[in-house]
Amino acid sequence: MPAALASPRLRDPAWTSRVFWTLAALVLVVPALVATEFKPWTLFEPDALRSTTRFLRDFLPPKIEGEFLLLVLRESWRTVAIATAGMALALVIAIPLTLLSTTVLSVSALSGRMHALPFALRQGVRGLLILLRSVPELVWALVFVRVVGLGPTAGVLAIALTYGGMLGKVYGEILESDDAHATHTLMRNGAGRLQAFFYGLLPQSATELTSYTVYRWECAIRSSAVLGFVGAGGLGQQMDNSMKMIQGAEVATMLLVFMLLVGLADYASARLRKALA
Amino acid sequence: MRLTLHGLAARHPSAPATGAGSTPALRPLTLAIAAGEQVAVVGPSGAGKTTLLHALACALKPAEGRLELDGTDPWSLPVSRLQQLRARLFLAPQAPPLPPRQRVVTAVLAARLPQQSLAASLRSLVYPSHIAEAEAALAQFDLADKLWDRVDRLSGGERQRVGLARTLLSAATLWLVDEPLSSLDPARAALAVDTLTRGARERGVTLVTTLHQVDVATRFSRVLGMRDGILQFDLPGTEVTGERLAALYAQHEQELLGPAPDAAGAPDEGTRTAVMYCR
Repeated sequence: MPAALASPRLRDPAWTSRVFWTLAALVLVVPALVATEFKPWTLFEPDALRSTTRFLRDFLPPKIEGEFLLLVLRESWRTVAIATAGMALALVIAIPLTLLSTTVLSVSALSGRMHALPFALRQGVRGLLILLRSVPELVWALVFVRVVGLGPTAGVLAIALTYGGMLGKVYGEILESDDAHATHTLMRNGAGRLQAFFYGLLPQSATELTSYTVYRWECAIRSSAVLGFVGAGGLGQQMDNSMKMIQGAEVATMLLVFMLLVGLADYASARLRKALA
Repeated sequence: MRLTLHGLAARHPSAPATGAGSTPALRPLTLAIAAGEQVAVVGPSGAGKTTLLHALACALKPAEGRLELDGTDPWSLPVSRLQQLRARLFLAPQAPPLPPRQRVVTAVLAARLPQQSLAASLRSLVYPSHIAEAEAALAQFDLADKLWDRVDRLSGGERQRVGLARTLLSAATLWLVDEPLSSLDPARAALAVDTLTRGARERGVTLVTTLHQVDVATRFSRVLGMRDGILQFDLPGTEVTGERLAALYAQHEQELLGPAPDAAGAPDEGTRTAVMYCR
C-alpha cells in the first residue's frame, strides 16, 4: 500500500473512503445478481441456441410489399403523432408544476430559510410529480385502454402523465443546478417570481431545457411503440399482431422501419441541439 | 432614501451562527445616511464591504441590531411588503447578473421589472418597450452600439458597464453598487463613476458604492473606511489622507497600489451539476 510509505501528512485523506465505497458497491451488486438469477451462460446452451436460430430465421427475408409497407408507414406516422401529442400535453402538466416547485424562485428563501407554507406547497408538488412518474406509462396505458377504449388516445394520455412527471422533475433539477445569480439579483431588486423566471432563469437555462425536451420527445417515440403492445395504437400494435400470428418477416420489416424512425429522431434532435448551442 | 443602522451586524449566510468561525463579517455598526447622499466604502478584501451592501439591500438579514429604510424596519414587514420595498432599492452586484444568452437591450430593461406588470414585461420580451431609454443609458457608458448584441459576445468590462447601465433605468431611490470598476480601465472607470454620481444626483437618489480605487473614492463627499468588519473612519473624501489609507490597508498594500482583484464572487461556469437523464 502506498500510504504506508509516506508520513501521515502526505497520505491521501480520501483513500479510506474510496476503498470503502468500492467494496460497498461490490457487496451490493452480488446479492442483486443472485436475486435476479442472472445466469448468462444459459443463452449458449444447445437447446437455447436452437430455439433462438429458429425464431430469427423466421425474420428473413423481411416482408417488402407495397400495401404492407404503406400500412407500416401509416402506423409509424401514428406512433410519431402519439409521441408528439403526448409530449405537448406533458408540457402543459410539467411547466406549471416546475414553476411551483423550484426553490430558486422562492422569495422567502432569498434571505435565510424558506417559510413553512411555501415549503409545504413545494413538497406537495414534488410528491405529485413522483406520483405521476412512478406509475409506468405501460400501466397508465392499460388503465386508459379500459377507460377510453383501444386506440391512440390511451397512448397519448399515458405518455402525457408519465412524461409530465419526468419533465417536471428534470426541469426543476436543471433550473436549480444552473447559476441563480441573475435570477436572485432580479428578485432582490423587487421583481416578481415570474418576471425573474422570464428575464433571469429562462435565458440562463433555455438551451439545456430545450435539449432535454427534444431528447424526451425521442424517448416518447420509442415509448409509444411499446404502448402499442397493450392496444394503444401505432406501430407497436401492428408489431404485436404480427408476432401473435408468428409472421417473423412482418416483424422484421417493422423493426427496420422503427430503427430508421429512431435514427431520424436522433438525427433531428442532434441537429436542433447543435443549432441551439 | 434615508438609511439608519442601529448596531447592525451581519454574517455570511453560510457562516455558522454560533461556535468557531461565527465572527460576523460585519460587526455592530451604527450609522445614518441622509437621502440623496453619496457614500463610498473602501477597505481591503474581507473587510465586510459587500456584506454591508447586502445588509442595506435587505438581501441579508441582520444577525444583530436593526436597519431602517426611510424609517421602517424592512424585516418587520411581511414578505410581500418587503418585496415592494425591495423594488425601491437597486443592488448592482460586482459580477454582472446577466444571463449569457440574453440580449443587452433585454438585460438593461430588466431594471424596469419591479414597476411593470407581468403582462407588460412579457410584451417587452416579444418586442422591447423603452428601447430609446435603454439606448440612452448605454450611451452614457459608451456602449450604444452594443444595444442589440448578446451578452456572451461582450468582454468582461463591457458586461460590467451593461450592469451599470441597468442601474440608470431603475426607478429605485437607493442605489447600492458593489465594486463597479473592478474590470474597467482607468479612463472607463472615471467615466463610469461620473455617470453614476451624476445620475444619482439628477434623480435625488442615495448612492452607496464599494470601491477598490481609493483615488476615485476620495472624490466622494463621504468615505467609509472598513477593515475586519469594523468601521475605521467616516470622513469627507478630502480628509481621507494617505496615512489613513496606509493604516487601513496595512498588510494589504498590494490592493492599495495594484489593480483591483477581479470579481471574486463571479460564478464559475464549470461548477454546474450534471443533470441525470433517466433511460
